[in-house]
Amino acid sequence: MKSYPRLLFWLFGVLIFTNAPAYDYPIEDPFVATVVGTPKDLRAELPEEIPLRKRSIKIFKDRVTPDFLFYDDKLRYSYALQKVPAPLVFLIAGTGGSYDGEKNTMMGRAFYQAGFHVISLSSPTHMNFVIAGSSTSVPGHAYRDAEDLYRVMERIWGTLEGRAEVTDFYVTGYSLGGFNTAFVTRLDEERQVFNFRKALLINPPVSLYNSISLLDRMLENIPGGVDNFYLFYNRLVKAFSEVYKREDTVKLSEDFLYKVYDALQPKEEELAALIGTSFRITSANMSFTSDVMTDYGYIKPKNVQFTKNTSPGVFNAVAHRLGFTDYFHAYFFPYYRAEDPSMSRDDMVARMSLTGIQDYLRSAGKIEVMHNQDDLILEPGEIDFFPRVFGDRAKIYPRGGHCGNMEFRDNVAHMISVFQE
Amino acid sequence: MAALLLAAALFLTGCSMAPIQVGDTVDEPVFAADRILPDEFTRADTTSDPWEGFNRTMYRFNYRFDKYVFLPLVSGYQAVMPDFAEQGVHNFFTNFRQITTLMNSILQFNGAKSLETASRLLVNSTIGVLGLFDWATPMGIPYHQEDFGQTLGVWGVGSGPYLVLPILGPSSVRDGIGLGVDAFVRTEIRDAIVDLETWQKVTWGVLDAIDTRANVSFRYYETGSPFEYEWVRMLSNTKRQLDIEK
Repeated sequence: MKSYPRLLFWLFGVLIFTNAPAYDYPIEDPFVATVVGTPKDLRAELPEEIPLRKRSIKIFKDRVTPDFLFYDDKLRYSYALQKVPAPLVFLIAGTGGSYDGEKNTMMGRAFYQAGFHVISLSSPTHMNFVIAGSSTSVPGHAYRDAEDLYRVMERIWGTLEGRAEVTDFYVTGYSLGGFNTAFVTRLDEERQVFNFRKALLINPPVSLYNSISLLDRMLENIPGGVDNFYLFYNRLVKAFSEVYKREDTVKLSEDFLYKVYDALQPKEEELAALIGTSFRITSANMSFTSDVMTDYGYIKPKNVQFTKNTSPGVFNAVAHRLGFTDYFHAYFFPYYRAEDPSMSRDDMVARMSLTGIQDYLRSAGKIEVMHNQDDLILEPGEIDFFPRVFGDRAKIYPRGGHCGNMEFRDNVAHMISVFQE
Repeated sequence: MAALLLAAALFLTGCSMAPIQVGDTVDEPVFAADRILPDEFTRADTTSDPWEGFNRTMYRFNYRFDKYVFLPLVSGYQAVMPDFAEQGVHNFFTNFRQITTLMNSILQFNGAKSLETASRLLVNSTIGVLGLFDWATPMGIPYHQEDFGQTLGVWGVGSGPYLVLPILGPSSVRDGIGLGVDAFVRTEIRDAIVDLETWQKVTWGVLDAIDTRANVSFRYYETGSPFEYEWVRMLSNTKRQLDIEK
């Protein structure tokens, strides 16, 4: 009888799965996971809308925003308040991420549904923050960015204080936002404005320099190098169009990227190139904006002024050929070394890392980590930093790439539970 | 008409796109273009933009129009109207626009799209009570969007230079003309079917505009890139090409 072994197998399977809660995020390949994220039917069930308000605030009253960037003179953010006393969570976006990007929006909905007030912030590497929220406009400095974020949090909280009762403050962020969260929490120990009850780092880098080097190198996967980007772009468009043309409606469905992936079946190198491209675009946006703000002469000559109508022209092409490591060596490091001439390049690299504050992190019971064993932004072995320093305050999932599983129901449930303990 | 020409002249004159150089020589930046860029390289963005100065100015105008007029109107509308009423208005105008989609599907000799669009129109205009209710979608009838610009594209007309239209945003010469044709046809058909007073025509137009804007999520200058103008130009051009092929 054919059905007997099947029944046995099924029974066996049931026994296994009821005894060992399996993590069933389905995507094994970290590159696929990073690009495609979580399939729609496996995402956490979240409300479609929350009472979200989008606002902007002028942080530096005396700052004169360059004409060319006139539209970003105020820092944009969003918030959603509960009608009853509730805990409040600050959300910090990842590299180049916006307060209203997909991940912050998802986290906002999840926390609001769980009964939190929510304030959502862009990354200090986002153009809007570089112009309107950063004191130096040279982002990426772990300590400076933390101070900038703290100032922004204080100012925004100041506008909302009268309208909401807060029981406790929490803070979280993903990717670079998770890195920021660690330094913001440490700063809070001194400043004591919020006294965060808990902080959650989601997929943070250990060493900023190591991670940016890794991400810069991913771009080398473009066949023929960056000068052949137009060929790569055309191939991407072709792939998108195959699926787009087949779609019933004109709108892009939530599963669009997955359908494209399914249709194209790209190789790992192609996915790496895609990820590298995304970070390269962020690098160009960030460093060019910073250069215009400070007149440093990184890409744009110092004695060249932009008007409202100026076309960046050739600077656009140059900016996209420079990575985060170029920014670090030729702009970031010289800029901050001017303040402290004794600092060497290696010192700077070491300072911009969680390793530099590991004693604090080890002792800070309020800080927890959510990460993936196969996260792409970590060098081999770096993932072990987290269980070593955080012990069982670090939850390491077996797969998910870099933030690919952030919307997976298990992960969202864990995120909330960390702040509800 | 004279006012329009004057406005156009003003736009064109105030349009220098060159950066201002202080002094005689260029202060070499760390990464100078002639060091970094190869002598010849192919750009991914192949959109022709000979009127870039005008387009940039119009892009900024649209941003301000959105910020001070259009989006506040949309917010007010959304605050005042109950959800079901908003949906009804949206269904109504979406259905009405299917008239030109049908016309364009026929002009493109696309039998399937013509039939499907005609079915949608029929279903939603009858049991959907003049388009207020969308029964066609739950019935599984595919939804298409075809405008005259796409029809011209299918016929082989090139897009012409990039053109940022006032209020309507990124487009091209061909597609701008296409939008005009569609709007004209819809207005003519509307006036043939029903006799409206002037104030009713104005209300129709305003509601149509607000409903359209409410359903387009794009916000000027929120892409997070100082190169937004170039990105929007490239991506809107790519999307148009795909829509024509679709």
